[in-house]
Amino acid sequence: MMVSKMKLFMFPGCALKTTALGFEASALSSASCLGIELIELPNWNCCGTVHSLSTDDVMHHLAPLRNLLKAQEVDHDTFFESNGKLVTFCSLCFNTLKRSSILIRENTDKRNIITSFIEKEEYPQFEVSNFLEILREIGYDTIKNKVKKPLKGLTILPYYGCMLLRPKEIGIDDPENPQVLEDLLTALGADIVDSPYKTKCCGSYHTVANKRLAMNLSYKILNNSENNGANAIVTSCPLCAFNLDNLQKEITQVHPSFRKIPIFYYTQLMALSFDLEDESLGLSSNYVDQKPLLNKLGL
Amino acid sequence: MQNNGSEKTKVKVYILGKEYEVPSSLTIMKAMEYAGYRFVRGCGCRAGFCGACATLYRTQGDHKLKAALACQKTVEEGMYLTQIPFAPAEKSKYELRELKPSPNILIQHYPEIAKCLSCNTCSKACPQDLDVMDYVQAALRGDLEKVTKLSFDCLSCGLCAIRCPAEIVPYNVALLARRLYGRYLLKAAPEVEDRISEIKEGKFNEEISELMQMNLDDLKKQYNEREILI
Repeated sequence: MMVSKMKLFMFPGCALKTTALGFEASALSSASCLGIELIELPNWNCCGTVHSLSTDDVMHHLAPLRNLLKAQEVDHDTFFESNGKLVTFCSLCFNTLKRSSILIRENTDKRNIITSFIEKEEYPQFEVSNFLEILREIGYDTIKNKVKKPLKGLTILPYYGCMLLRPKEIGIDDPENPQVLEDLLTALGADIVDSPYKTKCCGSYHTVANKRLAMNLSYKILNNSENNGANAIVTSCPLCAFNLDNLQKEITQVHPSFRKIPIFYYTQLMALSFDLEDESLGLSSNYVDQKPLLNKLGL
Repeated sequence: MQNNGSEKTKVKVYILGKEYEVPSSLTIMKAMEYAGYRFVRGCGCRAGFCGACATLYRTQGDHKLKAALACQKTVEEGMYLTQIPFAPAEKSKYELRELKPSPNILIQHYPEIAKCLSCNTCSKACPQDLDVMDYVQAALRGDLEKVTKLSFDCLSCGLCAIRCPAEIVPYNVALLARRLYGRYLLKAAPEVEDRISEIKEGKFNEEISELMQMNLDDLKKQYNEREILI
């Protein structure tokens, strides 16, 4: 089946421009291979990072809503061509933007406070999506047809973390037993390992102030995947990827028998299986080098 | 239109809460001097370049707190005036030659930029009409070129830092970005390099010594009649 052309607004988020450069490179190249043109949202700002739960804290919704308004104002054509869809990659960006977009649609009082503060009449009509949802809509058979180099020998734990699935009103899949990464990775020809830790927290931003806490949480995920026979972990969240990868340095010191395991973004494995150029995989910046495993498997 | 400084047209302003009548053609700074205030600090070039005379004001009947440079903004009827003598601000200490222009360098020196709420209060306060919020956001993701270009006309007057609810000092972040961009990323202009080597090779020695020996009047004449290339 031919893939039809699709134009979508992309919200990259700060991580894809700093710690997760490989995520952006591989997202752009694999999307383009699938006929999806990703257009970076003009002049975007921080997503807001964490969705504020206190009911009177309107200020923290400004950042996400400003982003959603920007594209509507700057580029009407693309807004309509993309069916009003804004695609996110980082799970935190997805979570914050989506929850704020729902809040402003449903809560008229808060909407009025926000729109009057930012001196705008209109409010965002965007539907916030995660790239994994777009891939599911395109269909895994279509993706499978693009695979030139099936990921034979890769035994992967798909790790979801929290922000992609919770709360369930915005989650892209079953919060207890998600399958979207499993389905994608199966289409790419990889073997899947299940783990009770696949939706547990990696330690998130505690990695800044309480590294030990984040390390202990990440260790459980990493160690369990190893015990279950995984030789790699795949994630969709730059913060999860940062913790799971970087904290292996400290974990090795505390647990000498721990064996290092490489972390990938699902887009990197898509680009790899589509047999795209090395640069578009963005495999250079991790603490645990992914290349020895890929070389061993002839990928 | 302004009234060309005519004393006939006066406006009522309130300086630190006290009512004064001042000529409507005056700037805020001159109006305060007219009322008897004397500026020792918090005023500088009086031409809108140095950024020393940041001021905040309101106008009767308008809830908005506005910001300006006192040497640039002319007084209006019903203005409530004061002067901001100085903006207290923390500046990171660094040796530029020891830094690298990495994507995380600005957030390492100024971690508070991560607290930006995108409220845009900084941009509204900027008397230079800069997109301050946009450059703070660019700083957050390490885009040194964008910070440099958006902040280039900054005077460091301090109004953005005073108004920021996240207590960021945008202009010091931008200063570091411009220094890094200038030192490490901006490509040297080839024509400058060419000219420097021409000077070293002595191409202009003859003309320079001719100028050095000229008397003052001839020199002035030559200067005034010089060809200006646009």
